[in-house]
Amino acid sequence: MRINRIKEKAMQGVFFLTAITSIAAVVLICIFLFYNGIPAIAEIGILDFVGGQKWAPTNEPASYGILCMIVGSVYVTAGAIIIGVPIGILTAVFLARFCPPALYKILKPATELLAGVPSIVYGFFGLMVIVPFIRDNIGGNGPSLLAASIVLGIMILPTIIGVSESAIRAVPESYYEGSLALGATRERSVFKAILPASKSGILAGVVLGIGRAIGETMAVILIAGNQVQIPSSITDGVRTLTANIVLEMGYSTGLHRQALIATGVVLFVFILLITLSMQAIKSRSEKNG
Amino acid sequence: MADAINEKQSEIKAINKIAFSQRLKEYKRKPLSLVMYLIVVLAAALSIFALVFLIVYILVMGVPHLTPDLFAWEYNSDNVSCMPAIINTIIITLLTLLIAVPFGIGAAIYLAEYAKRGNKLVKVIRTMAETLSGIPSIVYGLFGMLCFVTAFQWGYSVLAGAFTLSIMVLPTIMRTTEEALIAVPDSYREGSYGLGAGKLRTIVKTILPSAVPGILAGVILAIGRIVGETAALIYTAGSTTGLVDGVMSSGRTLAIHMYMLANEGLHTDQAWGTAVVLLVLVLGINTLSSFIAKKLSSKK
Amino acid sequence: MDKFTIKDMNLYYGKFHALKGVNLNMPKNQITAFIGPSGCGKSTLLKSLNRMNDLVEGCKITGDIRLDGEDIYGNIDINILRKRVGMVFQKANPFPMSVYDNIAYGPRTHGIKSKAKLDEIVESSLKDAAIWDELKDRLKKSALGLSGGQQQRLCIARALAVKPEVLLMDEATSALDPISTGKIEELCLKLKNQYTIIMVTHNMQQALRIADNTAFFLLGKMIEYGNTDQIFSNPREKETEEYITGRFG
Repeated sequence: MRINRIKEKAMQGVFFLTAITSIAAVVLICIFLFYNGIPAIAEIGILDFVGGQKWAPTNEPASYGILCMIVGSVYVTAGAIIIGVPIGILTAVFLARFCPPALYKILKPATELLAGVPSIVYGFFGLMVIVPFIRDNIGGNGPSLLAASIVLGIMILPTIIGVSESAIRAVPESYYEGSLALGATRERSVFKAILPASKSGILAGVVLGIGRAIGETMAVILIAGNQVQIPSSITDGVRTLTANIVLEMGYSTGLHRQALIATGVVLFVFILLITLSMQAIKSRSEKNG
Repeated sequence: MADAINEKQSEIKAINKIAFSQRLKEYKRKPLSLVMYLIVVLAAALSIFALVFLIVYILVMGVPHLTPDLFAWEYNSDNVSCMPAIINTIIITLLTLLIAVPFGIGAAIYLAEYAKRGNKLVKVIRTMAETLSGIPSIVYGLFGMLCFVTAFQWGYSVLAGAFTLSIMVLPTIMRTTEEALIAVPDSYREGSYGLGAGKLRTIVKTILPSAVPGILAGVILAIGRIVGETAALIYTAGSTTGLVDGVMSSGRTLAIHMYMLANEGLHTDQAWGTAVVLLVLVLGINTLSSFIAKKLSSKK
Repeated sequence: MDKFTIKDMNLYYGKFHALKGVNLNMPKNQITAFIGPSGCGKSTLLKSLNRMNDLVEGCKITGDIRLDGEDIYGNIDINILRKRVGMVFQKANPFPMSVYDNIAYGPRTHGIKSKAKLDEIVESSLKDAAIWDELKDRLKKSALGLSGGQQQRLCIARALAVKPEVLLMDEATSALDPISTGKIEELCLKLKNQYTIIMVTHNMQQALRIADNTAFFLLGKMIEYGNTDQIFSNPREKETEEYITGRFG
């Protein structure tokens, strides 16, 4: 009997330990990133690091400004949002309100499935199809802000569609009926009564999409051109924070390497802010719901 | 009897059918509604087209290059076979699951069966798990490099890659397992306690077995993520070609192999073929996962 | 003058025959009440009058339903029909927006954009629904913060704002307290001078208090229809008598 009680207590302890792994993981990630990245930021100077336009780690003297990469990440993400969000939300509207049931049975699993396509496959597709198309029809070298925006826009579609659709479906049917009963058309009822009521859910989907786009790495490297510059046109190449890390980590040493890790710290902070705003949206909609 | 009613049904001339011409007439008075409708249909067609085009294009371009050479046992610079990478992927996947599954299931058991509702610590654990699932894979890659490769001095190795990936898939396994555990009816627990079984015995003998399909669906989902992962692996498991030789040696997975081929741009045909293998593998794994999940929910 | 005329109407939900051979004329500027036990088809009939049943999959209707002599299942614009025949639902369903925007929703739908005109409609609709005094200071506040009774009267005001001819009320007071119910009943009596009101109620006292005519339904059939006083004091049919004396339902 006593052995049993000891076993119970011991296993409860074991389960507890596994449960706090995720806390330990987040703490460890923070420690390792900040411990390795912060000294570099301090040495370079935070303003020179975040605000500097010149990234020339192999020059004498070297300069480590990642403003171009921050701008690149922001532009690429914004481009992906501009392309992916309207189409994604409208597709969600179609799936939730206008899709014939027989068609829905095919489309729904298809969009769910596509959420799992590995990003490297999207990147390769962009490299072989979108990049040549832009070079031949729009201008520039091909690898560009535009190419990255299109590919990331497609990549975040399944996320936006999935989250928005469930947000739209969560709106009480009585809003739709109430609007129809006032003589509004189906379309007006959907856009004026249902969509406004589902906006916090849709916003959560958009934030999730932003997180995915800003963190995307390998696909972007293949198609964004990776030039360290602030692009003056959408057919110019850009380099994102993520691309900067992967492209140079392989051969970097010393302060250069630390500066790359610090680039990761900046990215990590961006993501933490996004996660926080996500949780704020969630708790707000729970309160209202 | 039912047939008779059916027959009668088909004879009913319902007056509440909305003819297409009638709808068109209504749109004439409200042209903006027609425009909105068309925009919605167009957007849906566009997303479906983009996603279907992507898959079909890769299949069309890649399937002709699925030659026996692509699956040769040896990799060399003349024949960039993806076979070693496939085997490396399997090894890394198994190793990752070996680490992540016990932790994920253990954590889920704690959250679902032991923790009291509204517990502060539970809230923190959930927030952290959510934070983990939002972290991009390149940040995991950096962490893995700093922690396992450098600080633990494992070097670029399968082990470092597997540890990095296990942290990455931990939230997925935790969440799906917890959902599966919560879905187990309380009557099972009561029944087991009623027979005098302790909490541990109840969990191991009664609750876990009935949650297996849900857990499995989550694990398979995690496999899909591992197989498709690149950014977290490139500076942890490295990109060495050829078959790995023990857990401390470096080796590229199929997704890394795909990236290398695409980046070098020398073996485009093989890259298309590899893309097909990767795509089919990941989509197959995900289909299996959702199939199991669906089977589970239809049983209830 | 009859506002609505229903002839030989049948309604099926898939295989279920929900309304069987209904014939009914409802006079203008009067209150007509549908009573009967749950599941007798009274709400279904009400929803057929503004074609809300069109939303129900597998719903089939046969027969002839006319509004002012015009076939509402013929070649008409459904959105205009629903503008002419307003509806208040069993559960108050204000949109999650401000009081003002709730009332202005309908007029905006029908093309009214001028702020002054909208202000005027909002005020007059709220006054017609006898809730202006309670809400005039919180027009910009969310409608979801109102009490249940206020929400329902807001929904009545919202329906009135599109200037309908008929007002359908589907057990509009069933979720409300007696005081709110009383206010809405009073309102109905006032509104019938301008509108034709058709209501479904499970509360026989309510029908007796405010309805001019009452129709009694049982298992999809209309058993009896006539002057409310006659139905309650001197029913012709045995089923009606059994129902109003409380022997079933």
